[in-house]
Amino acid sequence: MAEVISKEHLAHDVHHAPHEEHHHVETFINKYIFTTDHKMIARQFLFTGIFWAIIGGLFSVLFRVQLGWPDATFPVLEKLFGNWFNDGKLDPNAYYMLVTMHGTIMVFFVLTAGLSGTFANFLIPLQIGARDMASGFINMLSYWFFFLSSLVMFASLFVPTGAASGGWTIYPPLSALPQATPGSGTGMTLWLISMALFIGSTLMGGLNYITTVLNLRTRGMDLFKMPLTVWALFFTAIIGLLSFPVLLSGAVLLIFDRSLGTSFFLSDIYIGGKALGYSGGSPILFQHLFWFLGHPEVYIVILPAMGMVSEILATHSRKPIFGYKAMIFSILGITILGFIVWAHHMFMSGLNPFAGSVFTLFTLLIAVPSAVKVFNWLTTLWRGNIHLNSASLFAIGFVSVFISGGVTGIWLGNATIDIQLHDTYFVVAHFHIVMGIAAFFGMFAGVYHWFPKMFGRFMNETMGYIHFFVTFLGSYVIFWPMHYLGMSGVPRRYYSFKEFAAFSQYDDLNKVISAAAIVVFITQLVFVANFIYSIYKGRKMTSDNLNPWNSNTLEWTTPVEPGHGNWPGALPTVYRWPYDYSKNTTGPDFTPQTVPLTEQEIKELESHA
Amino acid sequence: MAEETLLKHADTHEHEGHEPFMPADEFESNSPMKVSYGKMMMWYFLLSDAFTFSAFLITYGALRVSNKWWPDPNHVFNAMPFMGHKQIPLGFVSIMTFILILSSVFVVLAVIEGHRMNKKGVLLWMLGGIAGGAAFLGCQAWEWSHLISEGLRPFFNPFVPDAQGMTHLAKSIVDPETGRRVLEMTGNMVTDAHGHKFQLGEGFGKFGGVGAFGALFFGITGFHGFHVFTGVLLNVWGFFATLSGKFEKVGHYEMIEKLGLYWHFVDLVWVFVFLAFYLL
Ligand code: HEM
Ligand SMILES: [Cu+2]
Repeated sequence: MAEVISKEHLAHDVHHAPHEEHHHVETFINKYIFTTDHKMIARQFLFTGIFWAIIGGLFSVLFRVQLGWPDATFPVLEKLFGNWFNDGKLDPNAYYMLVTMHGTIMVFFVLTAGLSGTFANFLIPLQIGARDMASGFINMLSYWFFFLSSLVMFASLFVPTGAASGGWTIYPPLSALPQATPGSGTGMTLWLISMALFIGSTLMGGLNYITTVLNLRTRGMDLFKMPLTVWALFFTAIIGLLSFPVLLSGAVLLIFDRSLGTSFFLSDIYIGGKALGYSGGSPILFQHLFWFLGHPEVYIVILPAMGMVSEILATHSRKPIFGYKAMIFSILGITILGFIVWAHHMFMSGLNPFAGSVFTLFTLLIAVPSAVKVFNWLTTLWRGNIHLNSASLFAIGFVSVFISGGVTGIWLGNATIDIQLHDTYFVVAHFHIVMGIAAFFGMFAGVYHWFPKMFGRFMNETMGYIHFFVTFLGSYVIFWPMHYLGMSGVPRRYYSFKEFAAFSQYDDLNKVISAAAIVVFITQLVFVANFIYSIYKGRKMTSDNLNPWNSNTLEWTTPVEPGHGNWPGALPTVYRWPYDYSKNTTGPDFTPQTVPLTEQEIKELESHA
Repeated sequence: MAEETLLKHADTHEHEGHEPFMPADEFESNSPMKVSYGKMMMWYFLLSDAFTFSAFLITYGALRVSNKWWPDPNHVFNAMPFMGHKQIPLGFVSIMTFILILSSVFVVLAVIEGHRMNKKGVLLWMLGGIAGGAAFLGCQAWEWSHLISEGLRPFFNPFVPDAQGMTHLAKSIVDPETGRRVLEMTGNMVTDAHGHKFQLGEGFGKFGGVGAFGALFFGITGFHGFHVFTGVLLNVWGFFATLSGKFEKVGHYEMIEKLGLYWHFVDLVWVFVFLAFYLL
């Protein structure tokens, strides 16, 4: 078949490759907009993701203002945000809309598309030695579906009755009955349309990531020579490919319930004493379909961050990653177990207690591969020659928050404990620390680390330090106290606690949390400023130092700003795994993947075999 | 320097259109499965689509078992075109299924002819596959319109139980007040299609039988029909691409193989849909 090409041809190709180059006609449109270059598509995802992160963060500030100072009025906010605020106070319906959109935006648009869209696109071809994705065209479509989906979601913010407001988990009946709340109308319809487009986008992206990893690795790049980033992104794509379709089914059925009057998720319902004529459906069924995606989704969010953190920790502590294969198999374990724990979100939804105990078992099991990874990171850092900089700080911060948030997962995973903690601020604390902050930290680490490769310049380190320390401490100030709120029963998703005398003891704490949230939000703007400034004015990467972090992976063997096709000449050949750090007794303390094995190494390998 | 593009000539005839970066440019494919990337993508797409369908069918199963009563398929699906009121349980759907399987066989033959680089053969069998798909869609349209004429809607189900739990097709009307479709009732007596009156089973009222039944039927067979429809369009495209000599020029009929994969998948899914709705 087409792939089989003789060795003669190969040699010929290597010798003559540079002569075969030719200059393609480049226009603004096909270079920056409808581009098929994976590196440009990665940047498109990144910019869109940052845009959404600012919006999502801003929303959280708005509702934290309400929670921190429920009695105060803010005429300024009314000026800025119009009828979301009445008489300077956040409107209750707007509150629910903001919470819902915050969750949706952060989980899907920032931490799924912005994170894996960016780094899967950028890193997979560069780190496995491919010229581009398997199908540049489908890859381009993947971004534009995401873009359309973003447009629709953004437009829904401006609908007079408001955007969707039933929570990011869109449980029926709030999401199924257009007349249920103001946001259940047009806003919810747009939410569903947007998500359908979004699912199309992840599907096309995922198909490309998987086939590229399997089919387009360069010579010598065996599966077990791939960097952990690629492994993580590969499994992320598999999870997405198998779980998003189920959400699609749920969304399609929900659309039918809304527009055709079907009864998939609705059973006998009365509004104002009148029967609505639905019969035979089940709202719990929707929860199953949703969480069959929803739980794997949290791993879609965290795995890319884990992969990048592994890579960055090894590079900046100048040590081989500890337990390379254990890392891979724990990703595999998480992938598999991640599909059979979804009902731990439904312990309180009327789940059969027997099913509850089975799901508790699997849920506790999934903590094992997660813990394996944590120990491997710590062991990698242990006695390393750690180079502190923005990238490595965020990677270390990731390990910290992942531990803090993972431990509370084990509490929640016990059905009996969850009866008390479900739908309280304890859950909010758990998932923000383990998913929200951790994934953001992974993303920041990735941006600081690969910025030179993306834009040919460095980010400002001082601003990076400020960004890290304020965010790290601030996040703990925001989310740590929420555990205590939750343990004393403060429910999540409440507009105000003024009616509950028992919770008034937390008024001050809520102010502290809100203040910290505002500070942390402003600090993110420092990051954005640094990001934009550095694209234009940052310290330049020069062609005599193409590998600023002394890293082993292939992306650093490309020119400062690689053109479409990544390597000007032949593709590099790979001889070793990517983690040979501090191995040499003399010379540089790293050995890139492109360096052939020494005779000594070959002997060692043979003696092992 | 940065502006330099390293696009390489699509100089070997294996290339298709705008995919300039195949590993074949430079060395043997590194795929552990020795499958071309196009076919691999199709396989993964189908895997993912299988999950979509599974979710639908699981929804079907969950709603069916959680309802105390469900219409008897032998009674619901017993009509046959041109046969008047003769009742042949599952007769028509068996014909539909046969047609779809036959068309899958035709596509297999087209793929085989593709391996032999026999353009005429490919054209002939693709035409067969397309005809089969179109015929299936025609049958589905007939079945839908027949059930709709009986009163079945996504939001309304005229198939109701009598006091013994036997399935009857009840007469339904549009309520002039609310504009909603309801059963024609006096007390708890309803009329069936032949004018016989019978007593409605317990737990059922003027809103008809289990509402989810019609929703599931139209939703799932519709989603499957949409796949068939897309498949027919794709196959028509494949037919004309073959006719224009596109694949002959490229040197292989892999595209026909990919279309074939999709088509067999659609066929396979139907087997499960058939099982769920008609047999169980
Ligand atoms: C150590 C392993 C973990 C266990 C045992 C665990 C367990 C749980 C349980 C039982 C709940 C449901 C709590 C409730 O609603 O009552 C939950 C919620 C959640 N977890 Fe975890 N978790 C773990 C790790 C993670 C990770 C790694 C992430 C994300 C990266 C994550 C993200 C979430 C999210 C987003 C929710 C809440 C969703 C919502 O209700 O809005 N968890 N977790
Ligand atoms: Cu979960």
